Amino acid sequence: MADGTRGKDDRNDPPDDEAALSARLQRLGNRLAQANRPPEDDTGPRQTGDPSAIARGFRLSTELVAGVLVGALIGWLLDRWLGISPWGLIVFLLLGFAAGVLNVMRAAGVVRDRQL
Amino acid sequence: MAVDPIHQFQIIDLFPVAKIGNTEIAFTNSAAYMVAAVVIITAFLLGGTAKRSLVPGRVQSTAELTYEFVANTIKSTAGTEGMRFFPFVFALFTFILTVNIVGLIPYAFTVTTHIIITATLAMSVFLTVLVYGFWKHGLHFFNLFVPKGIPIYILPLIVFIEVLSFLSRPISHSVRLFANMLAGHITLKVFASFITLLGSAGIIGMAGATLPLAMVVALTALELLVAFLQAYVFAILTCIYLNDAIHPGH
Repeated sequence: MADGTRGKDDRNDPPDDEAALSARLQRLGNRLAQANRPPEDDTGPRQTGDPSAIARGFRLSTELVAGVLVGALIGWLLDRWLGISPWGLIVFLLLGFAAGVLNVMRAAGVVRDRQL
Repeated sequence: MAVDPIHQFQIIDLFPVAKIGNTEIAFTNSAAYMVAAVVIITAFLLGGTAKRSLVPGRVQSTAELTYEFVANTIKSTAGTEGMRFFPFVFALFTFILTVNIVGLIPYAFTVTTHIIITATLAMSVFLTVLVYGFWKHGLHFFNLFVPKGIPIYILPLIVFIEVLSFLSRPISHSVRLFANMLAGHITLKVFASFITLLGSAGIIGMAGATLPLAMVVALTALELLVAFLQAYVFAILTCIYLNDAIHPGH
């Protein structure tokens, strides 16, 4: 780990007495506190950078497909229950497509929506 | 030599557990691998934290890394308030990661190549968001569907689209993991079958078989990356969705 290399210069000077040891422990404690301190802006904007382009591309495509699928499913169910075929499917496919596009734009970080 | 790339996803009943009505509930190979994953995770975490030494050993260091990785993911996407969901996200992440990596071992079964598993995981996230959102914010949770600064005459349309977008989450959440694992394993199997097909075609075939062999090696490395990445993506999207439940209508 990176901490192992940083601690090396500390290890080189041997502890002379109790005071030096406690001073070193103090320094180590300060450094650990510095390193472990969580960032202040915890509720900041979410990261949009996915670690890999494949995952990013796959995420975008599934977002679009999922939107269209949900629209189609709801439209089809409404058609069956209310007997308004084919209007439910037409309207909800279009809405679902819009939702899919919205999903994709959100996933890509194009729309800074409601400041997640 | 016929190689069936789908055969690896077959569910086999190991022994019956219960019978509800006419439906036999059996302990399957899928369930066995899930139990194995839980055992591996538990052993890893217990083994890593048993000594609790100030200077961590290898296992403890890895366990601490896993903890901090998930904790940082939650804090950076859902804020410190999201940490109350840490056990949930950590369980999801480690379970998916372990199951994916165990599935890469030859002859092993990959639990996440079945959409019922990933859909169940995604639904648990979706229901957590719904229940927690309504419990914490009551009807204000609906603010999630009403973006600010929208002219009133297109608001109904936008609300419809937002609701559909919200409902599509469990689908994209589950399909992404499932399709990645399924496609990766089928690709591996198809390329591996090319090796045997070419290898049985004489000396030229043997030479040609090195090409798919190299491909399989590369694909295995890629699949290892995908196994980790999909677990991470699943976890980070869980955090993003939970963030909506914690702070709706920002």
